[in-house]
Amino acid sequence: MNRRGFLFTLLAAQAAWLLLGCHGSEQKPTPASGASGEPAQAGPVSLNGAGATFPYPLYSKWMAEYNRLHPDIMINYQSIGSGGGIRQIQARTVDFGASDAPMTPDEESKAPGKLVHIPTTLGAVVLAYSLGGVPELKLDPEAVAGIFLGSITKWNDPKIAASNAGVNLPNTPVVVAYRSDGSGTTAVFTDYLAKISPEWKDKVGVGKSVKWPIGIGAKGNEGVTGQIKTSPGSVGYVELAYAMQNSLPMAELKNAAGKYVKPDISAITAAAAGVDMPDTLHVSITNPAGETAYPISSFTYLLVYEDAADPVKGKVLADFLWWAVHDGQKLAEPLYYAPLPGPVVGKIEGRLKTLKAAGQVLLSKP
Amino acid sequence: MPPSSSELSLVRAQPRILRRLGREANPGDLIFRALAGLFATLVLITLLVMAVQMGHASLPSLRRFGPGFITSTEWDPVRDLFGAAPFIYGTLVSSFLALAIAVPVALGVALFLTELAPTWLRQPLAFVVELLAAIPSVVYGLWGIFALAPFLRDHVEPGLAKSLGFLPFFRGPRQGYGMLAGGIILAIMILPTIASVSREVFRAVPDTYREGALALGATQWESLRDVVLPFARSGLVGAIILGLGRALGETMAVTMVIGNRTEISASLFAPSYTMASVIANEFTEATGDLYLASLAEIGLLLFFVTLLLNIVARLLVWRVAMPSRAK
Repeated sequence: MNRRGFLFTLLAAQAAWLLLGCHGSEQKPTPASGASGEPAQAGPVSLNGAGATFPYPLYSKWMAEYNRLHPDIMINYQSIGSGGGIRQIQARTVDFGASDAPMTPDEESKAPGKLVHIPTTLGAVVLAYSLGGVPELKLDPEAVAGIFLGSITKWNDPKIAASNAGVNLPNTPVVVAYRSDGSGTTAVFTDYLAKISPEWKDKVGVGKSVKWPIGIGAKGNEGVTGQIKTSPGSVGYVELAYAMQNSLPMAELKNAAGKYVKPDISAITAAAAGVDMPDTLHVSITNPAGETAYPISSFTYLLVYEDAADPVKGKVLADFLWWAVHDGQKLAEPLYYAPLPGPVVGKIEGRLKTLKAAGQVLLSKP
Repeated sequence: MPPSSSELSLVRAQPRILRRLGREANPGDLIFRALAGLFATLVLITLLVMAVQMGHASLPSLRRFGPGFITSTEWDPVRDLFGAAPFIYGTLVSSFLALAIAVPVALGVALFLTELAPTWLRQPLAFVVELLAAIPSVVYGLWGIFALAPFLRDHVEPGLAKSLGFLPFFRGPRQGYGMLAGGIILAIMILPTIASVSREVFRAVPDTYREGALALGATQWESLRDVVLPFARSGLVGAIILGLGRALGETMAVTMVIGNRTEISASLFAPSYTMASVIANEFTEATGDLYLASLAEIGLLLFFVTLLLNIVARLLVWRVAMPSRAK
């Protein structure tokens, strides 16, 4: 009845917490068997993870596929949001977490052990719009910032018209749609805006939820998509997959090299290829330098403890991650995620080999 | 026929009579009484535990912002500045807007169903009204996005702006999504609750009253206005309170159409935000203690707003009920 939605959310969260919590306390470290010191896997193993919603379609595909290849390994993933994923891995109620935005130093310090970011795939945020009679729209950084700061209010504004010579732009209001729910998509998009516009950086900032200077908030990718579809003259940011599946027109964006780039898989991988990946394995790749790079893309990460509590589970998880960044990448493209570029995979390989449990290295790869 | 007042008082006096007869010791009765009492207490305990837990969870924000949290209009997670005023405003205005639209319609529906409609029509029509309550709120929300908001933008809001634009409520850009859409969605969602409870209330009015009024020469309208409505008054307030409760707490459908902006604007065309919506929107991705605490405090405030309105309503019911039922 009243407060039902709220109560339900709270109760569901509580229930999930309790369930996972109990589960977590059951798992006792199984002693490593055999003289080799290699943890032996006896019987079925199940891993639990929770976090970001953005990579969920790919993760669930991976986990189903991995289960097909290794029938005694069950990996469960709950897409409860990056914030929840970070909280649960901090509390060790799950075996791995997942987040679109890397953890802040403050969040890392709250975890009981060292957490490692493993980039798993790449996604892009696109500017979808609905403007009858304008099938192709080009936007430069100034125009994008102007639209979302509210300084550009009409579609035929000179700042938009400048990069769309020959296009008949209507004299109608620009209706901005943004995500009302906290999301990694918003974090990536505001990260881009802060890089291209000092004004945005000062006035608004970067985050999963920000105080939008203008526009209407819609819930989820589906909400923004719905709003764009039903409101003529609207523009908003959604994940590439949503724009593709709903065949929304997407704006071409001018990248740092001055080239207009369409959002597609190769342009996203190109954005990641040019980046100098630090040893922490997390880095922002918005507004990258490459000629063919799409400017608003990002990695998404799985969060695992460097020193696993349970050697058996730790080994299974490390094997799965190895598989995910190699064979698993082939499953990305049909779901509109971009595969990780080779150099990044090499870097991840090095990191995965350092994962250990009770001082023993888990992977025995060459 | 409803029970007469003497029958009612006999039922109420039952425990006293039993005690006087010395039959209190019946173990079955005792067990039943203990069990029922336990269940009743359980509700109270749940409520108390929830309030305490939410209070505990919101401690950091209570400490940081104090009472200013309620009046501050700033909600900026990036800068860790939080204030609840836009959400409280949005919740109250959207709920009362919903009541303003739903109550007259619901009372009309209920009166038609009990007093005016031909008998063969009453059951099917009542069934259809109650069916509205069975639609999940996310479906209302989708309908809001794809049908209601565009319709409001293209057909309703221009008309309102033209004819009533001199009022501050109907000004500004017309986007469809906003307070008006939220209020209308809520009105449709609480309509079946109010209508079906009111119908039961009207049905409880003894037929002898109506017959008496008609026999004295009253028209049907006069009998409704002077006999049925006054008799049903306290029950109707209860029905409206139930609807209000649902409107205050409704989350999903409102979130999908209200526009989710932390602004206080007099215009009904402007986007707004509700307390339940902001929790649903931001709780899952909220990181940082102060952010989570502020969301918990919004929950606590929603709790108190609901409690307060229920208390006020209860007092109202007692006041209007006093003259008709001597206690």
